[in-house]
Amino acid sequence: MIRISEEDYAALRAHGEETYPHECCGVLLGKHEPGMGNRVSLIVRAGNTRTDSAHNRYNIAPQELVRIQRQARGLGFDIIGFYHSHPDHPAQWSQTDFAEAHWMGCSYIITSVEKGKAVLTNSFLLTGTSEEDKAFQNEQVEVEAAVVVASSSAGEA
Amino acid sequence: MKIHIPTPLRGYTGGKETVEVAGATVAATLGQLTADFPELRKHLFTDEGKLRSFVNVYLNDDDVRYLPGKEETAATSEDELTIIPSIAGGSCCCCM
Repeated sequence: MIRISEEDYAALRAHGEETYPHECCGVLLGKHEPGMGNRVSLIVRAGNTRTDSAHNRYNIAPQELVRIQRQARGLGFDIIGFYHSHPDHPAQWSQTDFAEAHWMGCSYIITSVEKGKAVLTNSFLLTGTSEEDKAFQNEQVEVEAAVVVASSSAGEA
Repeated sequence: MKIHIPTPLRGYTGGKETVEVAGATVAATLGQLTADFPELRKHLFTDEGKLRSFVNVYLNDDDVRYLPGKEETAATSEDELTIIPSIAGGSCCCCM
């Protein structure tokens, strides 16, 4: 299971709508909690360098990843996953997604965007220990509602 | 020098995000890293000893592949190495 706030969930879906008909991409920062899965604390938008085929490919520049990993370290987070969109394609991993997935233990969130509107968002955990035994496993996305802290002036007078 | 380890490889460095390794060049430093943490070797290098194509190594802010000396570039204890696997994909079913 991957847990993400309502706000971050909405933001990554909105990113896919903004870049339509091109694929968006970004990085999920947070922590892996043993027995609980990955918990997203922050999403970071990234640029898609595949301008030659941005409607069905994405790539994050390694230099940008280095910068984001540095940012994560400064905040006490880890890179726990990535997200991207599939314009007018299902929210399922493709053979290309699988072949180019190398972050074992990380979550790969995919949002289908149909005619500019985000539809389904699914997450896949990359399991295994090496290129030879890696596999994508469906994982539940738990969207957590924002905690509203109500303030009251009662008793303060 | 400090070497920053990406999340999926920390299981091979005792969970450490950053390890300290000595080496006069990038290659020597990576060699010492895999001597200290032997399980890392197959994840970073091919059987022929080349860096795997999807493994990026940065010396500070520079991609080692594009430095004039590549992996033989000199390094000091003040430098930092970052290992970062690539991130790519897309809905295209079979274009690589």
